[in-house]
Amino acid sequence: MPALCLCYEVHEPYTLRHYTVFDMGQNSIYENDDRNCDILLHTARTCYLPMNDLLLKLIRRYGKDFRLTFCISGTALDQFEQYAPEVLESFQALAETGNVEFAAETAPHSLAFLYSREEFIRQTEEHARRVKKLFGKKPTTYRNAELVYNNDMATCLGEIGFKTVLAEGAEHVLGWRSSNYVYTPMNEPQMRLLMRNVPLSTDIGRRFCDQSWDQWPLTAEKYASWIHGMVDAEVINIFNDYHVFGYRNPASSGIFNFMEALPGAILANPNFHFATCAEIAKKIPPVAEIDVPQFMSWDDAGRDLNAWLGNDMQKDAIHALYKLTDRVRAIDSPILKRDFERLQTADHFHNMSTKWFTVFSPDRPNPFPGPYDAYIAYMNVLADFEMRVTAAEAEMGIQEDKASKEEHERETHKRTKAHEGEPRTTRKKAAARPRATRKTTENKA
Amino acid sequence: MRILMFGWEFPPHISGGLGTACYGMTKALAERGAEVCFVLPRVNEGGDENNFLRLESASGTPITRRIQERMDWAGDEIWRSNVQFMSIQSPLMPYMTPESYMQTLRNLSRHETPGGESTVDAGENTFTWKLKGGYGPDLMQEVYRFARLGGAIALRENFDVIHAHDWMTYPAGMIAKALTGKPLIVHIHATEYDRSGENINQVVAGIERAGLLAADLVVAVSQLTRKIVIERYGVPPEKVKVVYNAVMRSDVQHHYEIPPRIRHEKRVLFLGRITFQKGPEYFMEAARLVLQKIPNVRFFMAGTGDMLPQLVRRAGQLRIGDRFHFAGFLRGTQVDRMFALSDLYVMPSVSEPFGITPLEAMLYDVPVLLSRQSGVSEILEHALKADFWDTRDMADKICAVLTYPALAKELVKNCREEMKSIRWVNAADQLLQLYSNVTGGN
Repeated sequence: MPALCLCYEVHEPYTLRHYTVFDMGQNSIYENDDRNCDILLHTARTCYLPMNDLLLKLIRRYGKDFRLTFCISGTALDQFEQYAPEVLESFQALAETGNVEFAAETAPHSLAFLYSREEFIRQTEEHARRVKKLFGKKPTTYRNAELVYNNDMATCLGEIGFKTVLAEGAEHVLGWRSSNYVYTPMNEPQMRLLMRNVPLSTDIGRRFCDQSWDQWPLTAEKYASWIHGMVDAEVINIFNDYHVFGYRNPASSGIFNFMEALPGAILANPNFHFATCAEIAKKIPPVAEIDVPQFMSWDDAGRDLNAWLGNDMQKDAIHALYKLTDRVRAIDSPILKRDFERLQTADHFHNMSTKWFTVFSPDRPNPFPGPYDAYIAYMNVLADFEMRVTAAEAEMGIQEDKASKEEHERETHKRTKAHEGEPRTTRKKAAARPRATRKTTENKA
Repeated sequence: MRILMFGWEFPPHISGGLGTACYGMTKALAERGAEVCFVLPRVNEGGDENNFLRLESASGTPITRRIQERMDWAGDEIWRSNVQFMSIQSPLMPYMTPESYMQTLRNLSRHETPGGESTVDAGENTFTWKLKGGYGPDLMQEVYRFARLGGAIALRENFDVIHAHDWMTYPAGMIAKALTGKPLIVHIHATEYDRSGENINQVVAGIERAGLLAADLVVAVSQLTRKIVIERYGVPPEKVKVVYNAVMRSDVQHHYEIPPRIRHEKRVLFLGRITFQKGPEYFMEAARLVLQKIPNVRFFMAGTGDMLPQLVRRAGQLRIGDRFHFAGFLRGTQVDRMFALSDLYVMPSVSEPFGITPLEAMLYDVPVLLSRQSGVSEILEHALKADFWDTRDMADKICAVLTYPALAKELVKNCREEMKSIRWVNAADQLLQLYSNVTGGN
């Protein structure tokens, strides 16, 4: 009985503004607030709100038979809270139906796993806690930013308690095998690996509006007939960017009508049903182990990391960023930590791509005129950020000298001072999550 | 394909990008099998180095009474409407400001030269003129005489198309077309609006307009220029095609070592005429801003022009004279050396129809920062770009190139790739296609 597994990535980056060398050290407002707000409100209006409404309606209509999975990034959650709380409420309404699973990823939609295992675990666990708080259930499924995945990542995720992980059904990895089965990651027999069905996902993600495609226009009946034809399949994984509904494919393309008709069309054949990632992992036994020694992603060209880490600017920027990890984590400043995490968002590096065939989806355009401008702004921001880290360190050092005489006051002193030392006031309540100071004391003691 | 080409300058005697462009273009055309007869006001010694084409000197070409009559008859319309005023002696130069114009006018009245002085009687019923070439004070008269002499050459030569470069040769092209009926292509490397902003010289603009309208086809060096030609001169858009310039690769690439004593410093270069059109004052303002952030940089301004004294004063006023250097007009290997030593080349032009120098800088693996108001920025994707008036943005980008080695490296790497397609042969292929279009495909 083949299962249809729908999983949507919900992500909004905090794009940087045109931050120049003259802003460096003068102000620490990195983000293009106006643009971020405009884009989020636009997306909420065209995509999130109407699509969530539609999904709620479909769940009411089909009851337990219609199920799906979401993976919402931390920066998207921040932006919902900041600019459009009603979007978050609509996701919570979906969560309350019990038909929707929420998967975890790194809070800032980062590539942290490649550079800092600790940072990756910290971000993932933090985000998992937040998902549980907002949507009521601790996530057991993991879907990394841009579907970046390899063997080590699965091992690491197994260690911190995840049971299912999603990956790209890249041809060079699958070879003769089909993505339509459940697999296990290399040497992790207790975990489950779900591979994206690339053609069926791309039909909705990229080709839906393409009038030169010989299957255009795509109807729910036609799509369902393709799926019904896969009698041997055990699971059909359709993973997409949530933007495909109403934003990348505008309402006028008929995408909402398509989605409204799809569950009915699929369920018309009683052999087929919908399931969330976690349910599939629980019910369907794995057929084999998949070895992914190299990183892969869902990037259309190459299925590799080149779009984010293909050139020297991108590598330079990300190395400079992760070099600061230990220093930032040693400082007890929630604002510095928040800014540090937001600088890790993968989109920043994608904007610096000079690959000849780099394509920006129309719904995720490069906010900068070109890759060089993106790099310059990013490096300027990073330089300012490092100055703030250095300043905070100096302040802590001074306090420690004083406090060595009065050990009792030390803890309280440090906390208040570190907060006062911030040049930037808390603008976003979401970020003001206090963190334990344990590490700080350990390091300095 | 035989081409009669009218030009005003050609290496080694050049004063700007026009001669360089003509050289690269004709050489590539010759490589593609075209026969080029290039008519110059005057061919100096050394012209025979260029054996890939025939250089014709207009100066001294005999004009018989019969040709003269025929020319008068054929070119009557052209003369009457556009060119007749050119016999008036006028101290006109393409790159002049009102002050220097007045200065030259005073000099001119001191050494008044009678109009027919350089006329040489070349036998019975025949006469000719001697031309000086270049951009002297009697440029207008030279242009007029060049047109007549060019017409005589056109009657003598065998060719399929006429190709005229910039306004100085448009009258010659028009006459040649009227006399022979062969199609005329005019190439516009710079318009009067680029040279002078809004205070244009009406006579020059008039000749430009006449040439552009009389031509069967107009070739512009960039979309930017094409737009000016269409909007300001009222040329029908379908008649204007864009053929981008390219750059010649010299056969021997010299390698210049950076002297050890200046290795710890970074050098930023401006190279071009120091005139309004090239935006040197924006470069200086950006330099001031950069020096506030990075003191360890030197700025070089190479070239000369009417704004030079003003800028030297300004550098002193800003107290950046110890970091901002004027290199004067550079020639030959000096230019190469300057490029090779630079960490960044900046072209902040206010209006640049094309701009070959950034391409030359790129041959030396120097990253470039261009003004968005330049034609070359249309074909260079992997160059930094800024609006010429946005000196803060310009300074930000200069700082970034000097601070982040990965940026310069990436720019250079991608530019090298991009340069592979920027070749004169590609331009020549496009031109040959246009030639065969106007001649009806034979």
